[in-house]
Formats: sequence, structure tokens, C-alpha cells
Amino acid sequence: MTASTAGASLLTADSPAATPLAVRTRGLTRRFGTQTAVDAVDLEVPRGAVYGFLGPNGCGKTTTIRMLLGLLAADAGEIELLGRPMPADLGSVLPRVGALIEGPAFHLYLSGWDNLRRLDSCDRTADPKTSRDRIGEALARVGLTAASSKRYRQYSLGMKQRLGLAAALLQPRDLLVLDEPTNGLDPQGTREVRHLVRELASDGTTVLVSSHLLAEIEQVATHVGIMSAGVLLRQGTLKEVLSEGTEIVRITTPDVELVTLCLQRLGLADVRLALDDEVTARLGDVPVEDVVREVVHADARVRGFVTARPDLEDLFVALTGEGFDVAR
Amino acid sequence: MSLADATWTGPLAVRPTFRGAFSRLYLSEMRLTLRRRRNVALLGVLAVVPVFIGIAVKISTPHNGDGPDFIGQVSNNGLFLVFTALTVALPLFLPLVIGVVSGDSIAGEAGGGTLRYLLTVPVTRGRLLAVKTLGVASYTAIGVLIVTGVGLVLGGILFGLHDVILLSGDTVSLGNGLLRTLLVAAYVTVALFGLAAGGVFVSTLTENAIAAMATTIGLAVFSALLDAVPQLRRIHGVLLTHNWLGFGELLRGQVDRAALLRWSALHLAYAAVFLSLAWARLTTKDVTS
Repeated sequence: MTASTAGASLLTADSPAATPLAVRTRGLTRRFGTQTAVDAVDLEVPRGAVYGFLGPNGCGKTTTIRMLLGLLAADAGEIELLGRPMPADLGSVLPRVGALIEGPAFHLYLSGWDNLRRLDSCDRTADPKTSRDRIGEALARVGLTAASSKRYRQYSLGMKQRLGLAAALLQPRDLLVLDEPTNGLDPQGTREVRHLVRELASDGTTVLVSSHLLAEIEQVATHVGIMSAGVLLRQGTLKEVLSEGTEIVRITTPDVELVTLCLQRLGLADVRLALDDEVTARLGDVPVEDVVREVVHADARVRGFVTARPDLEDLFVALTGEGFDVAR
Repeated sequence: MSLADATWTGPLAVRPTFRGAFSRLYLSEMRLTLRRRRNVALLGVLAVVPVFIGIAVKISTPHNGDGPDFIGQVSNNGLFLVFTALTVALPLFLPLVIGVVSGDSIAGEAGGGTLRYLLTVPVTRGRLLAVKTLGVASYTAIGVLIVTGVGLVLGGILFGLHDVILLSGDTVSLGNGLLRTLLVAAYVTVALFGLAAGGVFVSTLTENAIAAMATTIGLAVFSALLDAVPQLRRIHGVLLTHNWLGFGELLRGQVDRAALLRWSALHLAYAAVFLSLAWARLTTKDVTS
């Protein structure tokens, strides 16, 4: 089946008995003046999923996340987090949600440890007796133990990001909302975050991770949603969304004219000379073996024959357009 | 299917809240305020006020009529150093210090981005306003107590503490004088709550802490300005700053309790109005910082 933003798609995808949703919105809309930042978004994040929330800068991802967490009011639509309406049940829902929103923010003149203690003291559901242990554990989990007594002001960008993650992990969470968690991290840090996300997901935590690092997402996500200009364009399991892009056949040959003719005769779409000696086309409904037979019968010399699905990046660019322009 | 009956198999395990959570939050707020060097330095500025006056009086002995109220009595009785210092600190230093801390209370968190993390902990917006208001009120009380305490100790050292000759000419024992001093400090603190609450309200309007501080201090300055225009005498009685120096009433033989209560009520009314506005604003505010 194809992925779509229609309500029922995820529910009927793999398990006919509806998958419980950790995040679910209906017609979520937010306008700033005349501009519609988020336009009737139906987000569906199944419980236990690692949901990659993708979109170019300024597409409305962060606005959506802020509405999910009760920071921004929605102009229209409904939000449900962990089965509870938001922001109505904010007080009982958010203790089970860890969040990193648009980068970390802490008090500059406090140490990493003291900053976490500050947040922990603010949580009515945090046991003061275990505070010390939990802070230590969270810091260890992100590799900040050695720098815990350093002032936040002196932290590098990567250390700040790690402290933000540690804050999200102060308590066991059912849902983690991570907005650009690998921003500013070096390759090791990025790997560690990926590892951490996998580890948390295997413990049953649902992770909603927004990013524009598509390769990152492709490695870790089970589900993806692609947003552009305030609209959720695609949503579903990674496999579903990727399978929507049609398969491409790529033939390396010195006889490009001959091969081009063959492919056109078969009715393949988008027949193109990709390189001097390479022809590509979209396979569509034509079986691969027919293509091979046609080319061989035409006596074309073939050096390579590959079929490939577009990766996330191809799909992303196809959906959201290329170039450096900020969406709006 | 409506969202209300959406499918969520496992019931949401609502975590229990812990007893004393609010006092833990309040202590954290006070720790945050008092560990900030700027805020400690501001308290230092307040402590310097009685020190300067004390030294000035010690080396010059001014006569009644020169300088601020009560200064003529300081050399006779150290207790009056407290009243002189409060008189000097009230128009400028205390509003400055309160303006900085109250203006920073929410705008500072918003500007630094920590507001979004507080709200997603979550600290509900009502609790946040409550703890910020209590924090600013406590800081105000600490500021007044520092002026009072330093004035008392230094006055005692430099001039000695004796029975008090009141403004009405009556003499009361030192014990009675000290009690009156405590009441003076309490009155001044309450009188400053109006401004402190104004600062908290202004602080909910912006993400720019400096602007909020300046506006709050501006409130006090503007009120004092109106208070100085004789043509506006009719509204003087209800100005934010008009009755700040009314603590002198406590230094008479016959204390006009009704007047003191009326003035205190006015300051608390100011606080109530500002806090209502702050609540209306904060609970509907879009947090985009």
C-alpha cells in the first residue's frame, strides 16, 4: 500500500488491530498573521516507533513540535499525546515526555550538574531522594560526567547539545521529542546519539526526531513524515514511503542510442541519458526481465545493469524541491 | 473517530507528585536568584547606603534640616540610621534593585530559552507565575532587611542605640523602638510589592529582560514624577510611590493605624492588579523563544 496522510493508513498498515499512537494530531493548524505555518497536519506516530520528522528549514516542523508540547496554541485541530488530549492534560502527560526543542537552553552561570538539578527541582513528579542518582546517570549516558561541574558558559556546542539530551533523560520517558538532536555534534557524537536513540527505542520509548540530516534518519527511523510549507506531504513506515518512489533502471552501455530506443519501445517513462555511457529510466509496471530481453535482442553491448529505488534524499528533494531557498 | 476515543492500549501511567514539590521549586528559584552574581552585587549596593550615610554623619554631624529626613537624629541614636537609609534608598536604589530582579523574572527565562524547558518539565504556567512572584517578593524583603540590618548594626557601632525620641516628641524604650523598626521594614516591604508585581507583569510581555527592567524602573520614576507635579495633587494619593515614605507614621506616639492599613491595602491592590494581568498574559502567551 502507499503511504498517505489520510487518517487510516498507519492503523491498517501492518497490524490490523490498530497500533496505539503515541502522538496523534487531527487538522492541526497554526497561522502567524496571514501565513499558515502549519496547515491541517494529521501526524501519527505509532507507539514504539522512531519517527523521523523531515522537512526543509522553515517548513513548520518546530511550530508543530511546539504545539505538541503546549508551548504554542493551535488555531485549529486536536492533539493527543500518549492517548491524552493536549494541552488540557499537560500536567500529567509532559512528565512522561522528554523534549529537546530548537537546541538546548540553560543558565549560563550554572554548571551542567546545577542546571539539571534546577530542572529536576521543578518537576513535581521527580523524587528528590533519587535526584542525585538520576542526574548522575543522565550525565553519564551522554558522556558528560567529567564536565558536570563546569559552567554551561564554557561548554562547546556539542557539550550543550549533550546536556540538552541529558535533561530529556532525567526521568524514564514514554515519548522523546528531539528537535535536531545532532546539531553541532561531531561524527562520534552523532553516532552516539544514533546509538542512544536505538537503545531508547528498544526499551519501548517512542522517539519523534526531527532532522534535515536524511542519512541519519534513514539509518535509525522506522517511520518518517515529510513536511513542506506547513503541509505534511507523506507519512508512513520508512519502507512504505520509500516504496512510493518508482524503481529506476540504470544501464551502462556504449550503445546509448540503441538502448534508449529499446526503453522507449517498452514504454518506460523518463528515459534519459544520465552520463555519456549511461541511460536511466523509470521502470513503472514493466518487468525487469522484459527490459533485459529487449536490450539483449537489440544486440546492444551492456556493461552494467542496475535497478534501484530512490533513497530518502531523492524522495525528499523530489517532494520539497531543490535549492537553498527557505520555504517561505 | 474522534480523538477522545482514540486507541491507546496501555493506560497512561500518571506519575504521582511528591509532597513539598512547591517548596522544592521555590528553593530552587531562590538558589537561582541568589547565586547570580549580579543579584548579590545589587544587594551589596543596598548595604552600602547605610554605610555611606553612617560615615558621612560620623565625620560631619549635619544639623536637622540638612539632607534627608531623620539625618539630624542619627548622631544621637544609631537607630535613626535605619530610617535615614530607607529614606535614601526608597526613591532610587530599592526600585532599581527590584526592577532588575522582577523585570528579569520571566523575560530572562524567555530570552535565554530556558522558559520553554521549564514549561515542558512541566511547570504549569500558574505555578511558574506563583513561584516567580514569591521569589521576587522574597528578594524584595531581603533587600529591605539588608538596609535595615546594616543600618541597625552600623548605627549601633557608630552612635550607640538608645531610647527613642519619636517625631511627636514622646520618648519610648529601645525595645519599643526596635519593634517599630521591624514594623517599618515590614511596611516598606509591602509598599514595594506593588512595584515588584508590576515588574513581574512587564516581564511577561517581552523576551528582552533589559527592556523589562528599564520599564519597571520607569514605572517607579514616572509615578514619582507625577507625584512631584502639584497640579496633579488630586491623584497623588493613589500613586504607586506616593506612600512609600509613609513609614514615618510608625515613629509617632499616636500611630495612625487606619492610614497605614489604607496605604498597605493600596499597595497590595496594585500587586493584585499587576499579578492578574501577568496571569492573563502568561497563561495565553505563545512561547516562541
